[in-house]
Amino acid sequence: MRELSYDVVTIGGGPAGMAAALAAREAGAERVLIIERDRELGGILQQCIHNGFGLRRFEEELTGPGYAHRYIEMVKATDIDVWLDTTVLAAEPGGVITSVSPHAGMTVVRAKSVVYSMGCRERTRGAIRTPGSRPAGVFTAGAAQRMVNMEGYLPGKEVVIVGSGDIGLIMARRMTFEGAKVKAVFEIMPYSNGLTRNIVQCLEDFDIPLYLGHSVTAIHGKDRVTGVTVSKVNDRLEVIEDTAFDVSCDCVLLSVGLIPENELGRAAGLALDPITSGARVDQFRQTSIPGFFAAGNVLHVHDLVDWVSEEAAIAGRSAARHARGELPALGSERSVTAGEGLRTVVPQRLSAFEPGKMSTHFYFRAAKPMGASVLQFWADGVLAFERKLRVVKPSEMIVADIPVRKIGDASTLEFLVVPAPEKIEAEDEIEEEA
Amino acid sequence: MAGSFGAGPVPDSADVVVIGGGVVGCAIARALSRYELSVLVIERSPDVATGTSKANSGILHAGFDAEPGTWKARLNVQGARLYAELSEGLGIPRKATGSLVVAKDAAQMETVADLRHRGIDNGVPGLEIWSREQVLAHEPNISPEVAGALWAPTGAIVCPFLATVGFAENAIRNSVRIVTECAVTGLDVADRQIVAVNTTRGRVATRFVVNAAGLHSGEIARLAGDDSFTIKPRRGEYILFDRSVGKLVNTVLFPTPDKVSKGILVSPTVHGNVFIGPDATEIDDPEDKETTAGGLAGIIAGARRIMPTLPLGTAITEFAGLRAAAGKDFVIGPSPVARGLVHAAGIQSPGLTSAPAIGEVMVEVLQDVGLRLRQKASFVPVNPAKPRFHEMDRATQAELIAADPLFGRVICRCETITEAEIVAAILSPCGARTVDGVKRRVRAGAGRCQGGFCGPRVTAILARELGIPVTSVRKDSADSWLFMSRADLEAGEGVHA
Repeated sequence: MRELSYDVVTIGGGPAGMAAALAAREAGAERVLIIERDRELGGILQQCIHNGFGLRRFEEELTGPGYAHRYIEMVKATDIDVWLDTTVLAAEPGGVITSVSPHAGMTVVRAKSVVYSMGCRERTRGAIRTPGSRPAGVFTAGAAQRMVNMEGYLPGKEVVIVGSGDIGLIMARRMTFEGAKVKAVFEIMPYSNGLTRNIVQCLEDFDIPLYLGHSVTAIHGKDRVTGVTVSKVNDRLEVIEDTAFDVSCDCVLLSVGLIPENELGRAAGLALDPITSGARVDQFRQTSIPGFFAAGNVLHVHDLVDWVSEEAAIAGRSAARHARGELPALGSERSVTAGEGLRTVVPQRLSAFEPGKMSTHFYFRAAKPMGASVLQFWADGVLAFERKLRVVKPSEMIVADIPVRKIGDASTLEFLVVPAPEKIEAEDEIEEEA
Repeated sequence: MAGSFGAGPVPDSADVVVIGGGVVGCAIARALSRYELSVLVIERSPDVATGTSKANSGILHAGFDAEPGTWKARLNVQGARLYAELSEGLGIPRKATGSLVVAKDAAQMETVADLRHRGIDNGVPGLEIWSREQVLAHEPNISPEVAGALWAPTGAIVCPFLATVGFAENAIRNSVRIVTECAVTGLDVADRQIVAVNTTRGRVATRFVVNAAGLHSGEIARLAGDDSFTIKPRRGEYILFDRSVGKLVNTVLFPTPDKVSKGILVSPTVHGNVFIGPDATEIDDPEDKETTAGGLAGIIAGARRIMPTLPLGTAITEFAGLRAAAGKDFVIGPSPVARGLVHAAGIQSPGLTSAPAIGEVMVEVLQDVGLRLRQKASFVPVNPAKPRFHEMDRATQAELIAADPLFGRVICRCETITEAEIVAAILSPCGARTVDGVKRRVRAGAGRCQGGFCGPRVTAILARELGIPVTSVRKDSADSWLFMSRADLEAGEGVHA
């Protein structure tokens, strides 16, 4: 069994792991390692062959593999070690990482800092309890995407998509391009869970109907899927009687949500946020386990990879500082709360700011769609910051940079989203301090 | 004759033909493999354990339910004892959890006391009546309304797939042939004596046929003109929860039974999950395995009566299984119509528990109708152990990888299943031929992501090891293809060779 030492190790070599490793190296960590279980770096980006990546990060429109390639080249240009085809079995507090691979066997790495960057997994049919039979032809959209885009096989020719998450929308267009008939997308909520641009470019441009407020109540077929039964739901998401209709298909793709892949963290006793299913972190992206950081979709599910890279760089820089003993010890943190109108906030707590720090980023998900709104930050019951939002959608992350002086020494920190006063003509993301 | 498994041709003749590769058929084949006989098992699906045997509660009942004097009473207690002896050697995961029948009021306490007396009559050892405090100490998450319970220390849990595979593999190692994707089309009877079985893969001359066809055993009997029993399929729905909530329950929890069924259970599984179910719905179609919104709601409500806080958010799958009921007791014994045809039919609960005992009793039944038996000197009673990577300590894991690098590649990350284990499951004497076959043998895809990550990889490994195209890899049944090529789509094809 090999035993090695590193300053910073990222578990996962997708966009978060690569960005964190690069930032750690740039911030002065000398020995940096990326452990990736697949046979190449890039993570889920490698199967996302559509474009739309990188508008913010690189100011141009890239495909998923194109975006990954930029980061892979940057990693290659450094002395960061990369272990491919390697699975981490355990990462224990104190930074002891046990991994296995076919070529190197079992290895124990002692890391001064660890960055969780394992990404997320798809919710399954079982998780949403769709009744019916269990034939072949029911896939999560991401698994189908991998087969189509990377292996070159198709999951069916007449497709029904359940849920309107982004991967499902992208797959609606992909299956249409491949010559399959995409019959409909059924979304139980009264609004879509995908980005607006995907609704337009993947469904509307191809006349694929999106049924909002509809639930697939049964999947049929003995060997292979033969169809689904669909019903309308009311505002409590209960099936409305006598609204059922059948749609024939030979393939059902599920796009019903993503869950951070936190099993390694759970095994190590990581404190999780029950809403994001990711770690509770501070502004350094340090988790409840000292020296363990989290970034990307394992922390909270992002809408754009650009935000993943940006946030992972914070985690990587913090991991480098921790490795040098420069990060303040955990303790005496303040909680940050997602209040009215918001479902999640990251970071969920604040540690002491380092001297000279001007501002810090917060990432939010809205609880429900709203029109013109105002994001408010309340510190100790005082409205300290406001930002107008033209429109609010649960599918799109809200990102705000809050000046440190607005946070001050307040002990209760809460964010809200409230409807904009009617007299204000809200414009696109104008920042305005209260 | 060397043992074999797969969709090959049937031999021209066999001493005994067993129809059905469920747990009962495979246990019978294994019992017969002790003797100098050519034994052929015919299975309609690409794998063993694809009917009732794959979707049931996985419980080894202690044996207090059945009416004394019935086949059920005799074979249940004997079967539970046989599993305790055989499981380790056959590679069948089994846990001696014990079971509790939970009573919530004085009337139910009386029923529970009656069950104890019935169990004593059936020869069930160690039955005790537990107080409310004893139950709560053993099961802290149980309903506080519990009044007491019947404790059965010999109640246990088992993996029903691996039980079937364990019996089948051992039978094959002892020269039994299992031909899959082979349906029986007729039974030839001459002068009231069975003389041959006709199948979709040819005709087998034989004088002894064991009907272990589960849900289809009534149809098989009628092929010989025997309408002495009828199978009524009874569907039961289940919800399975993730291993992360495995500590919810320590033992098998039954509610106090009513006249219809044993009620909705809350139980651990041998793999560390928790399940609730089953309900009992009589249906006509012996293939109807659909779960229903009403059924799932019903088992949730039922389970909540003994376990008020269910972790519904951690559900990983729902499924339905069918029990092949033919009246109150098992149908065991010779056909009243055709000599040489013997039935092991109507094997509803406690069928899984009884299976190894049914195997032994069917040997006697066959002997009674004229089968000559001679012990086989070369009989090997056990299967070689298969390493389960995730259960090993680190040093052993490191040794395994050093010996076979494929132990170093984790394919199923939810359950930590390595490529070496998947390859071994495919290449084993009773090897997996389908994605579900891999899942049932080594649990790749049985975890919380339900194959979302490893499904495409398992498909590729199956194609590679079986030497077939990806488009020929199936989920479970013969026509359950998973993927098509672009050329298939362009040609308007939906199914491929």
